[in-house]
Amino acid sequence: MRTPLTILVIGRHKQIMETVLRLLNGQEGWRAIGALTDREAKIRFTETKFDLVLIGGGVEEKSEQLLRLEFEKTNPQIKMIRHYGGGSGLLFTEIQEAMKPNGRNREVFK
Amino acid sequence: MNPVLHKAESRGHANHGWLDTSHTFSFAHYYDPTRLHFGALRVLNDDFVDGGMGFGTHPHDNMEIISIPLSGDLEHKDSMGNVTVIRQNDIQIMSAGTGIQHSEYNKNKDKKVNFLQIWVFPKQRDIKPHYDQITLDPKDRINKLQQIVSPSKTDEGVWINQDAWFHLANLKKEFKTEYTIKQKGNGVYAFVIEGDVTINGQKLGKRDGLGISEADVISIVADSDTEILLMEVPMNL
Repeated sequence: MRTPLTILVIGRHKQIMETVLRLLNGQEGWRAIGALTDREAKIRFTETKFDLVLIGGGVEEKSEQLLRLEFEKTNPQIKMIRHYGGGSGLLFTEIQEAMKPNGRNREVFK
Repeated sequence: MNPVLHKAESRGHANHGWLDTSHTFSFAHYYDPTRLHFGALRVLNDDFVDGGMGFGTHPHDNMEIISIPLSGDLEHKDSMGNVTVIRQNDIQIMSAGTGIQHSEYNKNKDKKVNFLQIWVFPKQRDIKPHYDQITLDPKDRINKLQQIVSPSKTDEGVWINQDAWFHLANLKKEFKTEYTIKQKGNGVYAFVIEGDVTINGQKLGKRDGLGISEADVISIVADSDTEILLMEVPMNL
């Protein structure tokens, strides 16, 4: 059995979080967990070995920087990208691109 | 990366029964790693929606979403309290910012609605959500470039949270014109709505797209009566 792709989704908008988690967890072989606060995100990150962190809307620049520093210190291989659009439109492409061997880190659009 | 040609038939296609859609760039379950975006232009969908059908309430954040109805009527409702119908010659923009929810349905039961939905990466993330809609006079784009989107609230067209300018033009056969880039470093993506046109020497047909960067002026020659959409967007953010 293949190891699932584990994704931590960080965002501030409850409805968007629910939608993104539903979409991701509906994909075979993907498992996503959400965090609406930085504190919750840090706890989740210590509990689970994630492959990817998706940073959604409303996460302040300073929070994002601090989370990146902390997560990369804990797991230098972690990929962290920003999610745009808030739904199914771009989600699958963002993850496919990030998880390529030379996948982009930080932002999909650069 | 200059120029980028996307022929109409090369677009991603999905037919969901009620929705027949073509994607110029990777979208939903259409994924082509060579077709992700043209600068800040991320989505160009050509949607045909059956009578009375549509997209139920769903969320968006951090995206500039422009809808251009080509035929039929599209009913829009959103969490900012907007309940509107957009028709041919209307332009709608939503700056999703920190997050909105909306639905889009074909207003008519007996005919399809065809509209372009265009997504542009925002200049600034997490702005307060914003909605606007305008009605254009189609006479103002006969053998002229009619500005429909701009980053200035006092300029023509709807406002966008990006250094982007969109123009529509209905050009009569053999009419020639030029488009001058408004901001250095921007590129232009041309999409042919109807007819045949030659842009910077490249012949294009209905629903073809051409992205041009590293140019200051774009030459346009109508090979037949044609309707085109020009989207000037930043190439780097």
